[in-house]
Amino acid sequence: MNEALLRSLTPSVLAVLVRRGADFAAAEDAVQDALVEAIRVWPADPPRDPKGWLVTVAWRRFLDSARADAARRRREDLVEEEPVPGPAPAVDDTLQLYFLCAHPSLTPSSAVALTLRAVGGLTTRQIAQAYLVPEATMAQRISRAKRTVSGVRFDQPGEVATVLRVLYLVFNEGYSGDLDLAAEAIRLTRQLAAAIDHPEVAGLLALMLLHHARRAARTAPDGSLVPLAEQDRGRWDTESIAEGVQILQAALARDRLGEFQAQAAIAALHADAPTAEETDWVQIVEWYDELARLTDSPVVRLNRAVAVGEADGPRAGLAALAALDDSLPRHTAVAAYLHERDGDLAKAAQLYAEAAHKAPNLAERDHLTRQAARLNARRCR
Amino acid sequence: MAKYLLLKHYRGAPASVNNVPMDQWTPEEISAHMQYMRDFAARLEGTGEFVDSQALAPEGRFVRSDGAGRPPVTDGPFAETKDLIAGWMVIDVDSYERAVELAGELSAAPGAGGEPIHEWLELRPFLGSQHTTTE
Repeated sequence: MNEALLRSLTPSVLAVLVRRGADFAAAEDAVQDALVEAIRVWPADPPRDPKGWLVTVAWRRFLDSARADAARRRREDLVEEEPVPGPAPAVDDTLQLYFLCAHPSLTPSSAVALTLRAVGGLTTRQIAQAYLVPEATMAQRISRAKRTVSGVRFDQPGEVATVLRVLYLVFNEGYSGDLDLAAEAIRLTRQLAAAIDHPEVAGLLALMLLHHARRAARTAPDGSLVPLAEQDRGRWDTESIAEGVQILQAALARDRLGEFQAQAAIAALHADAPTAEETDWVQIVEWYDELARLTDSPVVRLNRAVAVGEADGPRAGLAALAALDDSLPRHTAVAAYLHERDGDLAKAAQLYAEAAHKAPNLAERDHLTRQAARLNARRCR
Repeated sequence: MAKYLLLKHYRGAPASVNNVPMDQWTPEEISAHMQYMRDFAARLEGTGEFVDSQALAPEGRFVRSDGAGRPPVTDGPFAETKDLIAGWMVIDVDSYERAVELAGELSAAPGAGGEPIHEWLELRPFLGSQHTTTE
């Protein structure tokens, strides 16, 4: 069975049910039931018309549960009504689903879970496994999210920016367990880009593709991090890079710059350099300046300090760093790197060790500990 | 979306406000305390924030390898060990502020006299996974 096909059909099947008059929460449950049924039945008995099959099964499920409700609530008019079939603008419906699942009234984790289920077609179990929480917890998170958006009209236009933030969160989660969330985020962003013509959607898709292209080179076989400068560029996925660059160029040409396009531009400049030494750091600093104007984020200014260190030398980088709050995450790690480049190995080793202590995740902590150990070993020789 | 560990100590944490040892509570007070913990966990499951909860026996042993082909060496329990974990709860929440809020609620579980214990809970963030775009 083709699970990718099954999942790609999810939003349009859900949209059919909603269009026929089902409320979003009930329709979403019915589609989820149909997906689980398809996973069970299709391998032995593949349908000729997968979407038609899903719509039929989901609609039947919806009617069953609506009847059960109606028996309780005496609300039989909707149930007896025959569905009004017929073609409809599926693309717009998909877009509405994105808006609904990323609605600003949802917390980020609820929006992520609802998007993965209702738009992504993942089962509650798969989402729970990916985020390392019990299935019962994830089921509750999703049903609360649906209750939260239950009053939102399905045809209300939403904000693209909120959708992009949700997809960016999914992408950044990477992959844990069986589910590749980065690949899923790319699929969902690609589908969104097909539904709406918006330069920041294109910018995010380009950014994801450019980062994803380096994934194989980013970790050593033992799982440790490989810094950008030391990556085997032969292992970068050139097809992904080419696609990302092309999408980015088309977006930039429209002259409506946003933060994802600017981030993608930086990723593209890295991807473009045949060797680390040939990286165009001057242009990267310019893009960071642009990004700082767009977002005013301290993390951006921290990354800018690294780029300044490469473009104008470590002293200039340290000067840029001195202007920033040293309680910023990764501030110490950046200071360690710049001091090493400046030749102060003792100070760098001490700062790497300190940065390792503060690292927010295991891979970074191990990486920074190794950096400290490497410098300490060199100094002792 | 971050996981936090709420650690409850038998000893090693600063003294609670309502600091009467459990063996001096009435049986009803103990039941009320247990019920509060169960209700709290059930509520977090309902909000989609519950991950895990476990209680630990107060006495444990220390174990270490004694080299290949030899059985591990055990030692303890050490009565003088300063820090003793009583149990934990793992939560998955949207922010540090939310984690603090929940730890505060858990700390208010009822103790002697039915009054909140106001015990100190240790709040520790999990080391997360590497984020793709912070290369």
